[in-house]
Amino acid sequence: MTETLPKPAMERSGRFARLWGSDIAWSYRRSPVTIVASIVVAILIVAAVFAPWITPQNPFNPAGLNLMDGFTPPMTANEFSGNFFVLGTDDQGRDMYSAILYGARISLFVGVMAVLFAAVLGVTLGLLAGYRGGWLDTVIMRIADVQLSFPAILIALMIFGIARGFIPPGSRDQMAVWVLIISIGLSDWVQYARTVRGATFVEMRKDYVQAARLIGVRPLKIMFRHVLPNVMGPVLVIATIGLALAIIAEATLSYLGVGVPVTSPSLGTLIRIGQDFLFSGEWWIILFPAVTLLALALSVNLLGDWLRDALNPKLR
Amino acid sequence: MIAFVLRRFAQAVIVMLAVALVAFVMFRFMGDPITNLLGQDATVADRQAMMERLGLDRPMPVQYFDFISRAVQGDFGISYRMARPVSEVILERLPATLELAAVSGLMALLLGVSFGVYTALRRDGWLSHVIMTVSLIGVSLPTFLIGILLIWVFAVELGWLPSFGRGETIQIGWWRTGFLTESGLKSLILPAITLGLFQMTLIMRLVRSEMLEVLRTDYIRFARARGLSSRAINFGHALKNTLVPVITITGLQLGAIIAFAIITETVFQWPGVGLLFINAIKFVDVPVMSAYLLLIALIFVTINLIVDLLYYAVDPRLRVERPKAADTT
Amino acid sequence: MEARLLSPLGVALGFAVAFAATFEADARTLRWAAAGDSLTLDPHAQNEGPTHTMSHQIYEPLLQRDMEGQIIPALATEWAPLEDDPEVWEFNLREGVTFHDGTPFTADDVVFSLNRAMEESSGMKTLLASVAEVSKVDDHTVHVRTDGPNPLLPNNLTNLFMMSEAWAHEHGVEMPQDFAAGEENYAVRNTNGTGAFRLVSREPDSRTVLEINPDYWGHGEFPMEISELIFTPIQSASTRVAALLSGEVDLILDVPVQDLDRVSEAAGLDVRTAPQNRTIFFGMNVGDDELEHSDVRGENPFADVRVREALNIALDREAIQQVVMRGQSAPTGVIVPPFVNGWTEDLDAYPEADLERARELMVEAGYGDGFTVTLHCPNDRYINDEGICQAAAGMFGRIGVRVDLEAQVKERHFPLIENLQTDFYLLGWGVPTYDSEYVFNFLYHTQTDRYGGWNATRYSNPDMDEKIQSLSSMVDIDARDALIADIWEEAKNEVIYLPIHHQVLNWGMKSEIEFDVQPEDQPHFKFLQYTATN
Repeated sequence: MTETLPKPAMERSGRFARLWGSDIAWSYRRSPVTIVASIVVAILIVAAVFAPWITPQNPFNPAGLNLMDGFTPPMTANEFSGNFFVLGTDDQGRDMYSAILYGARISLFVGVMAVLFAAVLGVTLGLLAGYRGGWLDTVIMRIADVQLSFPAILIALMIFGIARGFIPPGSRDQMAVWVLIISIGLSDWVQYARTVRGATFVEMRKDYVQAARLIGVRPLKIMFRHVLPNVMGPVLVIATIGLALAIIAEATLSYLGVGVPVTSPSLGTLIRIGQDFLFSGEWWIILFPAVTLLALALSVNLLGDWLRDALNPKLR
Repeated sequence: MIAFVLRRFAQAVIVMLAVALVAFVMFRFMGDPITNLLGQDATVADRQAMMERLGLDRPMPVQYFDFISRAVQGDFGISYRMARPVSEVILERLPATLELAAVSGLMALLLGVSFGVYTALRRDGWLSHVIMTVSLIGVSLPTFLIGILLIWVFAVELGWLPSFGRGETIQIGWWRTGFLTESGLKSLILPAITLGLFQMTLIMRLVRSEMLEVLRTDYIRFARARGLSSRAINFGHALKNTLVPVITITGLQLGAIIAFAIITETVFQWPGVGLLFINAIKFVDVPVMSAYLLLIALIFVTINLIVDLLYYAVDPRLRVERPKAADTT
Repeated sequence: MEARLLSPLGVALGFAVAFAATFEADARTLRWAAAGDSLTLDPHAQNEGPTHTMSHQIYEPLLQRDMEGQIIPALATEWAPLEDDPEVWEFNLREGVTFHDGTPFTADDVVFSLNRAMEESSGMKTLLASVAEVSKVDDHTVHVRTDGPNPLLPNNLTNLFMMSEAWAHEHGVEMPQDFAAGEENYAVRNTNGTGAFRLVSREPDSRTVLEINPDYWGHGEFPMEISELIFTPIQSASTRVAALLSGEVDLILDVPVQDLDRVSEAAGLDVRTAPQNRTIFFGMNVGDDELEHSDVRGENPFADVRVREALNIALDREAIQQVVMRGQSAPTGVIVPPFVNGWTEDLDAYPEADLERARELMVEAGYGDGFTVTLHCPNDRYINDEGICQAAAGMFGRIGVRVDLEAQVKERHFPLIENLQTDFYLLGWGVPTYDSEYVFNFLYHTQTDRYGGWNATRYSNPDMDEKIQSLSSMVDIDARDALIADIWEEAKNEVIYLPIHHQVLNWGMKSEIEFDVQPEDQPHFKFLQYTATN
């Protein structure tokens, strides 16, 4: 996605703790773009989490929609029902404002869960590979190499396709969100594993770890107490950029029509629906979800970029 | 040398066998192949006969081996959706995808290197900032949105370029090309931009950061000290040094482009293997899915193998590790 | 062509060809697009709209319908039941017709083709269910014997295409492609018809090119102004519109309702509209003891007519027409379109949406708390099919029927209906025979080998079945119509289907094209004309 060269970031990671107090905060204050991006992300996250309390309608409950509200333009009252919609409605009478917040909720939920899944899996495997070395390391890293040579979206699509084939048709829709999370997560663990493994190797050679091993500290404790904190910086960078990727991956799958069901639309689904009205003048149905998705993905990306640069002063 | 080549080759074969196992499991266990072939009304005796005819009653390893040997001969069975041999369908669609991928890759390489060099040399120029900002937006915009935007502006509002399909094509042997007609070339522009934009930003950012690294190295500083012209330094030394990783990554990206074509082909209704695959997923057309999986794996493994061997030939120092396409997502 | 002028076929035909040739000097290419591709070029393998549309350009039936739906001669010039034996229809075949490969068309080909269409693997066999025997009288006369008199046999022949017997033997395609078994044969990709166009090249799902058949018998009789016909399936409706707006194609079927204004306002483009011979409706599993896809166990809520009626009046057809269809549909209370014999205004009347009454009925039936059920819906077959299902899910939800919507591509949706794997589904039905019997046969008769092929409601009413079967052999048209009315009344009271609306067809095309919208959504391009200017 970027010129991610985790190597330098990795070498610096030992200084992460020291940087936090001064440099990071300083570089944050110095970067207005980053401040704006973080505010946008914060607003979207809060709005998505509290969507049920700050929206007039639950767009996922078909019985709560009124078809006659359909195609109401933004800032207009519907001609039949007199209901007013800030961002207009879509073809089913869904309030776009509510739909976008609920959609962002799905996008963020899938994104965060997929990143968590990928990070836990990747960090665990990376620690194992780095600490144990030997055949385990070879196997894990071979798999990682192979997977890394395929684009994540393709792997997610494959896993999704396979999972869909095995799930009985009746429960496909209920499972869709989880299948998405696992597909996207499984497609994205490699980076964590590689970074963590590298950092583990570096840490393992250091005297204090050698000493700790000599006096019989348990491997688990060494890993979590000494190695893990030192790799959290790069992992955070990867996770942030990974979140943007996961959000885009979810939107893409839903746009392709293989993601979440149309009755509980995510941002990608809303865009797919809106594309049908691109030529007919109902611009708001595609514009607002697209802008939201763009703002979300762009801001998360900017944060990730900033974080990487901040942790890697060499490129600043 | 021979040991290295053999080892890489063996690894490639193992990867293909693993992917084939996934494809086989899909093929064998997803859905019910017997019902797909016989329909619901089949009697138990019919099913038994079909099982035997297809060899589905034999031990799994034998079936797996059989699957592989048929796949090697290009026999992937019959598409459930189109009732035609899968290999035939894929062969028919492959030229469309390869042509699109080639044009996008070339475009991404040329523009990516130029922009990358420019933004590295003029780090604080306003144009560099514009390019960097646009590239960041480009990365954040999902491919499908870029495609929709391009269609809306250039096909619908301005009416300059076609919005879908490949236009006129000419058949040369089994290859159907869009390169030889005006409408074919025009049809290529929007999908190629959509598909290549992402790779272009990737290459641009890579060139930029490699250039920045190289420009900081001692030998460039010595070159400056020796009073070489900045032109000679920038292009004769700095760029030359960045090109090895750039070419590697571009090579690896060719595979990514072919895979990403799935999205672009859906937006532009481009009749390639990507569109075929998406329709296969919606239909759960397992033979097509597993054949596509194997095809993509073969392309990736081949590209990786070639890149590895080239690397070995070019730079013996790097015979063990090489930069990966860090995140080809 | 000189050789032909000298041939005994006569100067008249030569003139016709020469006359047509002057028109063709223009060498007009028409590029057209529709959502779906033909599934197969084997003309008997599938009974499906887009497949027939393609076949109609290449192959011909004995009889065809003109753009108004009237039966006109095609490969048969005259047809009538024998006066002394009403069980036998006599067809006189057109003379001087040749297949694209040059072999003459004779009675043997008709006998072969009709028998082929009655084979087990044929998708057309239900249409010929009443046929007992097809026999040749002489080279240009054929007799079709039915089980009992069948006055409406000609209605069933308009999509039954004639193949060359010699060609079929040569290429081993004596049997129709067994589509369900995933089989392929030579006829799937190669054709040899008598039609106005010949196949030049075909890439399924992407492009099919046809060229004019210079030896076609209909030169001079039909406009025949197109010399080359390029078909591109474009699945996505908005892409299809974009292609028309940007001039990449000249004609598209099924302009999405939201884009009608945009197309008709665009310079040089027009939208032509006509009511379609197709009705959209929901079907319910009323026959099983328990629903597979529901939270109700031990009983079947759809078996209770009060539940069905509650759903029927919970459906706000006018809202669907106004918003989902943007006015481009005709809400209805019956599942046959007005073209069809047996349709009446009374049947067509639909109930006002009445949520209160619907809730009362639910309580009376013992489902006051509602239940869940999965609704299966195609998302690429009918106009805004997925939108209709979503809207209906909301309406049913208001009376407590919580609907899980499963919308998917048509190739996955239809097998659910054919294999009885759905409890609640959306289906659209057109009536190519223009007679109610076709609807009864397919949708109301108990499912058996020959009947009820698309009746996934599991509805079975022996009394009704008997009446339906007797229709095919009734010679007294008035008595037959009375029986049809009788069956409809009973069918409507049973509410096993929830009719939604009749579709309206919209074709978008260049303004210089003169072409009527055909009610079955089947353009027959030999009828297409260009206005004199241009």
